[in-house]
Amino acid sequence: MNQTIKDPEAIPGWGIDANPSNDPAWPIKIRDGARVHSALWNRPPQQAATVEVLVSNEYPHLPAVTGVSSPPSGLSGMLRRWAFRYSESSYGHWLPLMLADRINAFEGIILDVIKGRPPHFMAELGWPAEWRYNRLNLVLRNLLRLVLLAAVIWGIVALCRRHA
Amino acid sequence: MLAMNYRGPLRVRIDEKPMPRILHPEDAIVRVTRSCICGSDLHLYNGSVPDTRPGMTFGHEFTGVVVEIGGDVQKLKVGDHVLVPFNIACGRCVFCQQELYGNCHESNPQATAVGGIFGYSHTGGGHEGGQAEYVRVPYADVGPTVIPDDMDPDDAVLLTDVVPTGYQAAEMGGIQKGDTVVVFGAGPVGIMAARCAWLFGAGRVIVIDELDYRLDFVRRYAPCEAYNFRSMGDPVLFLKKATDWLGADVCIDAVGAEAAGNAMQTLLGRKLFMQGGSATALHWAINSVRKGGVLSIVGVYGPIGTLVPIGNVVNKGITIRANQASVKRLLPRLIEHVRSGVLRPRELITHRIPLEHVSDAYRIFSAKLNHCIKPVLIPPAK
Ligand SMILES: NC(=O)c1ccc[n+]([C@@H]2O[C@H](COP(=O)([O-])OP(=O)(O)OC[C@H]3O[C@@H](n4cnc5c(N)ncnc54)[C@H](O)[C@@H]3O)[C@@H](O)[C@H]2O)c1
Ligand SMILES: [Zn+2]
Ligand SMILES: [Zn+2]
Repeated sequence: MNQTIKDPEAIPGWGIDANPSNDPAWPIKIRDGARVHSALWNRPPQQAATVEVLVSNEYPHLPAVTGVSSPPSGLSGMLRRWAFRYSESSYGHWLPLMLADRINAFEGIILDVIKGRPPHFMAELGWPAEWRYNRLNLVLRNLLRLVLLAAVIWGIVALCRRHA
Repeated sequence: MLAMNYRGPLRVRIDEKPMPRILHPEDAIVRVTRSCICGSDLHLYNGSVPDTRPGMTFGHEFTGVVVEIGGDVQKLKVGDHVLVPFNIACGRCVFCQQELYGNCHESNPQATAVGGIFGYSHTGGGHEGGQAEYVRVPYADVGPTVIPDDMDPDDAVLLTDVVPTGYQAAEMGGIQKGDTVVVFGAGPVGIMAARCAWLFGAGRVIVIDELDYRLDFVRRYAPCEAYNFRSMGDPVLFLKKATDWLGADVCIDAVGAEAAGNAMQTLLGRKLFMQGGSATALHWAINSVRKGGVLSIVGVYGPIGTLVPIGNVVNKGITIRANQASVKRLLPRLIEHVRSGVLRPRELITHRIPLEHVSDAYRIFSAKLNHCIKPVLIPPAK
């Protein structure tokens, strides 16, 4: 899309109330007439691709440097690829990513088990630290969870019996 | 090498990972000497930032020794002990040229709304972080800064984020001499913001939090007034009353997405993830700032919509300023302040924890156990 008004300065009154000191962005953003104000800058060399990198569709090109952590994989990876068809302004982008994060955590557990080193949940959750500094809370919290779980199981069993 | 490994919400562990490699001619590899856990890491840890992938190493506040450099690196040398700003910035895009180093356009492929950040999800660029023995540092000639000989490394590591963020929070408040400044949050960032508010000439500084041990700390450290919102009923009313019923000139949100204090915000923002976090502190800040006042936001929120009383922003004529801190822009001034003793950041460090105990470290900081303010992870000695 091209700019349709080619010469704004020709518009009557253009700039007569311009006030450079009315700049709420300063000094966080340093404006300086001499500096680049367009999408053209001397781009750094491009990092060679070593892993699959998903790219926001709001970029015209891949940024020169990218992270290489945890490339998309499995079912969560498929969801992530799908999400990147939508812009950052869309729930179609963020909600599938949130879902993919949860699925990915589950995939991680399965992979850990396959590799023969199932996760130590209590250690990963930092319960040793809670046992040391927050024991009563830790115990009560988990007792409550157990009670709730037991109630749910009891409810399901009772329902099944009634229908049997 | 040893590295923190995120496994899913609330689950992190230490693992053996491959050594990072130079992937770009402007990269450096740094052997980490110190690495902090930040309030920002808690948003990842709680699972509230979209595209946080299991397997990633977090950590954006670290110092380290350069062990390898890419072919185009000119200023940095192997052996230099550097502090590394949390923003990954190219130094030449339109935003970097305007010194918006937290908004670089050449370091984050996954999102245009934020520049690359070390160890901060794929929404932050998918870069491995510094809670590890070694880390890859892109654009090594732009961000990393050699730690002056006379500077304590504990001060240096806090110059990578906490000090510039607290300082910029106060700076964005546009504080004029005599202004009343209210800071929400007495975490490391809020404490530093309260301290820095005086540097801009504040006339009164008030900090709000729910943790008495942090309020006690900031009352002495800033020094300032500090109050617990659990004991004041309606915090907005309390602050109105405290400011001749007019409100504060400047309010600073140094809490972000994990805010407590309002059941609906907590449910929508922290439990159901239906908005970009719980905006309780932001809500209070909007409603307790004076008409025509300034609201400075450094608390971090997710990328989706978040409920705030935006109508009051309009009707009260509030100016909102917000950003990720531009660490590189502020470093020269802040290094001066630390060397002259005006700022003493290392006093915030309450816990030094071996990197191997990273799961416990996250729990302690996240649940605010053992009077934790700022934990530093120390990798095994080399
Ligand atoms: N913009 C940036 O560049 C930048 C950099 C670093 C950190 N941050 C953000 O700053 C925020 C604070 O970081 P931190 O390391 O100090 O975290 P922290 O978790 O240690 O501190 C947050 C504090 O807020 C308090 N709190 C919770 N709800 C509150 C409420 N409703 N009102 C007042 N206080 C409340 C908590 O008790 C806690 O003490 C986080 O959101 C973090 O992501 C932003
Ligand atoms: Zn941080
Ligand atoms: Zn840039």
